[in-house]
Amino acid sequence: MPWAARGLREGIVTTRYPRRPDDHGPDFVAAVTVADQPVEGASQGIAGLCPTGAISEGPPVAVDRGRCILCGHCVDARPEVFAYESSLGTARLHRRLLVTPPAHGDDDLEVRVAAELAARVRRFGRSLHIRHVDAGSDGSEEWEIAALTGPIYDVHRLGIFFTASPRHADVLLVTGAGAAGMAEPLQRTYHAMPEPRVVVAVGTDAISGGLVHPTYVTRGGVAGLLPVDVWVPGSPPSPFSILHGLLLAMGRLGGTRPLRARGRR
Amino acid sequence: MTIQGDRLGEEAIDRSRFAEAVAHLSAGPNRFAGLFPSLRASGGVELRAVVATPGGYTSVVTELPPGDLAYPSVSVGLPAASWYEREIHDRYGIQPKGHPRLDPLVLPLLPEDPHPALGDWHSQVSPDPRALDAHASGEGLFTIPYGPVRSGVFEAVEYLVETFGEDIPRLRSRMYHKHRGIDWRFEDLTPDDGVLLAERVEGTASVAHAIAYCRGLEQLTGTEVPYEAEVVRLVHAELERVANHLDSMIRHSDGSYQAVANARLAVHKERLLRLRATLCGSRFGRNVVVPGGVSGPMRRPPDEARSELLRIAGGVSDDARAMMSTPSFLDRLRGAGVLPADLVAAHGAVGPVARGSGLGEDVRHARPYGAYPSSGFRPTPPHDQGDALARQQVRLAEMDESFRLAADGLAILAGCNEREWRRGPGAAADGTAISSVESPQGELLYVVEADGGRLARVKPRCAAFHNFALFPAAFRGDILTDFVFIEASFGLSIAGVAG
Repeated sequence: MPWAARGLREGIVTTRYPRRPDDHGPDFVAAVTVADQPVEGASQGIAGLCPTGAISEGPPVAVDRGRCILCGHCVDARPEVFAYESSLGTARLHRRLLVTPPAHGDDDLEVRVAAELAARVRRFGRSLHIRHVDAGSDGSEEWEIAALTGPIYDVHRLGIFFTASPRHADVLLVTGAGAAGMAEPLQRTYHAMPEPRVVVAVGTDAISGGLVHPTYVTRGGVAGLLPVDVWVPGSPPSPFSILHGLLLAMGRLGGTRPLRARGRR
Repeated sequence: MTIQGDRLGEEAIDRSRFAEAVAHLSAGPNRFAGLFPSLRASGGVELRAVVATPGGYTSVVTELPPGDLAYPSVSVGLPAASWYEREIHDRYGIQPKGHPRLDPLVLPLLPEDPHPALGDWHSQVSPDPRALDAHASGEGLFTIPYGPVRSGVFEAVEYLVETFGEDIPRLRSRMYHKHRGIDWRFEDLTPDDGVLLAERVEGTASVAHAIAYCRGLEQLTGTEVPYEAEVVRLVHAELERVANHLDSMIRHSDGSYQAVANARLAVHKERLLRLRATLCGSRFGRNVVVPGGVSGPMRRPPDEARSELLRIAGGVSDDARAMMSTPSFLDRLRGAGVLPADLVAAHGAVGPVARGSGLGEDVRHARPYGAYPSSGFRPTPPHDQGDALARQQVRLAEMDESFRLAADGLAILAGCNEREWRRGPGAAADGTAISSVESPQGELLYVVEADGGRLARVKPRCAAFHNFALFPAAFRGDILTDFVFIEASFGLSIAGVAG
C-alpha cells in the first residue's frame, strides 16, 4: 500500500481558481498590453518592433493578442508604451476582442456574443466534455491542455472532462497553425460532434498562425477551417487561460452566469 | 573559433559518386547524421550529407543541376538515410534513384502536384492521402488506423497497425498531417527573430532549439558568448530535459494505470514548469536564449530558485524510486519494444533511445559546448537491455544528473556579479555552420547557412526525426497492449518529426 499513503502525503494541492486568484499568476507572462499611448509623433516605426505584425501604429497604438507570440521585443524597446500582463483570464469570445486597447463598441460586442453563446450552450448545464485536436501545434499547447487534468488544475472539480470520441464531445479544443494535412480530420471531427458544439482556438498559432505562418502548408490558424467561438491567445497559453476559455464556453463567467451561483451550496 | 564543416573543410564530389562517398564516410567510428538540401537561385540544389565524427562533424556536398535533380540513392547502402531522402523528394522533387521505398513522408502529393520548392515559394499545396500506399498484405491481416485524432491529448500522428489480432507484424506511421514546412520560414526572418521560430520547431524543447540555432549563428559570426550567459543557457536546458523526461514518465504511469504515481508526477512536472516561469516569465524557457548570449539575468534570485529546485528534485527521485520497485509498473515495461544494439548502431540512433540499447553518445560529453566542459557533467551509464524499461532507466539517471547540473549552475549564478549577458554578434560570414546540442530526445543538429550577410537557409534536424524510423522495428514480438509504452519510451515530438 505504499502508493495510497503517498497520494495523501501533500494534502490538497489544487488551485482555487476560478473562485480565487492563484499565486502562480504573477510568475508568467500571459499577454502584452499598451500601458500608455506614446506622445504624438513618437509612434513611428513602432509596428516594426513586432515579428508577427501584432502592433498597429494607430492612433491609438494597439496590440492584437491574436498575433502576439509574447516575445517581448516591443516591451524591451519601448517600455514606456508596452507592458507585460500577468492575467489568468486572457480568453475572449470574439476575434476582435483580442485587440487591446478595446475599440469603440467592443463592450457592446462582448455583451452580444456572450448572450448568443449563452443561449446556445444552455444545455451543457454543469458538465462539459472536451475533444482535443492538434492542427499543427509545436507541441507545447498539448502539455498545457494535459496539465488541466492533473491534480493542480483538476478540472474534474468543475465538471469538465476529456472524452475519446467526438460523438460525446461538447467542445472542440483546437491547437496549431492550421496545417493543411489536418484540415480534413479536423472538419470530420467537428461534424461528428452533436449540436450544440463550441470550438475553442487554443494559442496564437491556432488564432492567426503566429510566427509559423505563412508557409506552403499552413492556413493561418484554424478560423478558416472551422467557426471559432472562443479565442485563447498565448504562445502557448497557460493552463489558466485555457481553463478561462472553457469556462467562457460554458457560460460560467462574464456576468451572465456567475460561477458562485452554480456551486452546490 | 573554428567553423565545423565550413566550405574549406567539406568535400565536394560529383553526384554519381555521392552515395558511395557518404556510405564510406559514415563507416567505422563515424555516424550518418542527416541529409540537407539547399536550393540555389539557379533552380539547382546543393545536397549536403552530414556525418558525425569522434571530434565533430564533416560534410560531403554535391551539386544537382536545375531540371535534373537526380542522383543515385544513398539509402541503398545506408538505410539510415531513407527518411531524409523521402523528405527531400516530397518537398524539393529530388529523385534519389534506386531508393528502396520512396513513399511520401511529410507531404504526400499526387503526380500532377508540383513539389513546393519547384513551384512558387509560398504558393499553397495540399497533402493528398490518395498518394499513399494503403494496402495491408497477408491473409487474415487487417489494419487498425490509429490517429491522427486519437484518444487523449496528443499531437497529431497516424499509426497503421497491421495485425492478426494480437501480434503486430507491421506498423506504419504517418506524420504528414501536421507538417508545417516551418524551416523555410527562417528565410523570411532576421537572425534575431529566427531564434523565436527555432523555439517553435519543437515547442517542448524550445531551449535546446534556441541554443542550437544561436550556436550556428555564433560560429558564423565568430561570437564568444559570456560565461555567465552559457551557465544560464545550461540551467534552462537541463530544466527542459527534466520536464521532458517527467512527461515521458507520466505517459508510462498513465498507460500502466498507476493513478497515484501519475498524479504525483503531474504535480512535479507542473511545479517544474512554474519554477521555469519564475526564472524567465515563460513556462517553456522561451525568450531566454538570444544570439550572442541570453536576454538578461534571471528574474528570481538564483539561490532561492536553487532551494525550490532541490525540493522538486527530492520529490521526483523519491517517487521515481518507488515506481522502479512497483512490480505492476515494471512488468509492463520489461521486455517491451526491444531495439537490438546492432540495429541501433547501423541506424546511428541518438539520445535515450540509443542509450537504452547500450549505444549512443551524449553531445554534452562527446562534443562539449557552452558551460558543459567546466560543469563536471557525467554521462549516464548506458543500459543494454534495449527495452522500454532500459530507456526509462536512462531517463531517470539523466534526470538526476540534470538536477545536479542545474542546481550547480544556479549556485554559480548566485555568486556572480557579472552584468554582461550578451555580446552583440557581428555580420555573419558567408558559409555553412553545423551546430549540435543534446536536446531532451538526443542530438539536435542545426545547419545554418549565411550568404551575403543574411540567413540563406536554416535546417533543424530533430533527434525524434532521426530515431522515428526505428520505431516500427521496436514492435517485433510485441502485442497491441505494449503500444503505449513503446511509443512513450521513444519520447517522440511529432512537431519535430513532421517539420
